[in-house]
Amino acid sequence: MEHIEAIAMLQDPVRRRLYEYVAAQGREVGRNEAAEATGVARTLAAHHLDRLTEAGLLESGSRRLTGRSGPGAGRPAKVYTRTKAERSVSLPARDYRTAAELLAEAAEQAGLDAGLCAAARRRGESLRGSAAPCGDLEEAMKMLAARGYEPHLEDIGGPEDADSAGAAARVVRMRNCPFHAVAERFPPLVCGMNLALLEGLLGTDGPVRARMDARPGECCVVVDASKNNDD
Amino acid sequence: MTASPHPAAHLAQLNVATLLHPFDDPRIAPFVEMLDPVNAAADGTPGFVWRLVEEGEADATGLRPAGENVIVNLSVWENQEALWDFAYRSGHLEVMRRRREWFERHVEAHLVLWWIPAGHIPTVTEALERLADLRAHGPSPRAFTFASSYSAAEAAEDLRAAVPAHPAEAAPPAARP
Repeated sequence: MEHIEAIAMLQDPVRRRLYEYVAAQGREVGRNEAAEATGVARTLAAHHLDRLTEAGLLESGSRRLTGRSGPGAGRPAKVYTRTKAERSVSLPARDYRTAAELLAEAAEQAGLDAGLCAAARRRGESLRGSAAPCGDLEEAMKMLAARGYEPHLEDIGGPEDADSAGAAARVVRMRNCPFHAVAERFPPLVCGMNLALLEGLLGTDGPVRARMDARPGECCVVVDASKNNDD
Repeated sequence: MTASPHPAAHLAQLNVATLLHPFDDPRIAPFVEMLDPVNAAADGTPGFVWRLVEEGEADATGLRPAGENVIVNLSVWENQEALWDFAYRSGHLEVMRRRREWFERHVEAHLVLWWIPAGHIPTVTEALERLADLRAHGPSPRAFTFASSYSAAEAAEDLRAAVPAHPAEAAPPAARP
């Protein structure tokens, strides 16, 4: 299916809610759950989830959601995840990806990491648009969501990691890398650029800080409370 | 013959890095501090098989087979995905991100991958030959990179084409009188 047709599928508001819900979970989602979360009937949700799968926007599989197995466990349930394939439409036709790959290849060969990171940090600062650094993790979540990072909060560690107020340590992780295709080809260069961009965006001398903590399948940067901000 | 058309293969990896300063220079210290945790992470990564270490040491940084100021990293993995995830989706990425602080930029290839039979431990000599092959001939099933990789099946096919299974068939024509 052409990209424009797949994207046009999302014009239907129910489909769009279902797609956004499944994408936001970062795991397999069953029909019942998707129906409940979006407030539509299960049969309608099932229909639209399958249409989204046919369009290549979702992928489906089957799982026994109850954890039981063997006779009596029932039929496996159909589950959905967002597909890894990228969809984009540009009118008129543009090809920034090839430009990005060529520039990254040249920067990699010339060893321009430092210059690229300096430019990314400046861009992040100008995107922030205010002199004050980002104030807390909730504000960071909003800023990251606005730039397509799909942030989510994750509790880390046990009580020994709790801060002085007794709250569990939390970290913002991001499901989406906006630079995915070039980051996969030139990881140190582009992931370093991304970190510098986020350092500029959030500030490096405020209550939160961006740092590298790479993990398969996610953005390589996490955001947490600055250690040096305790008072 | 077993049912499998190809014997189990593992992926060997060599990279070389030319130090900007002596290993005990304070400017290299941040790199040295990351060695133990990152190597421990490698050892615990699913798909990790083996890495070169100097006898009696924790790593291979004291071995300098490619030059006085060139450190080498030689390891074996079950497949390319396991190696890629460790190299670029673990604490190792932070080392890679800061590479320009500690290492010279290489004009030639500094990383080479090649397939080996499972169970084989690659030697440093073998590894440097693969790097030389990559530098001389570009990526091939014998010596390749992440960006232009070959499968174990392609490497096995390449090997069969280069070394016929029945030497008699490949015997040169009888010397002319």
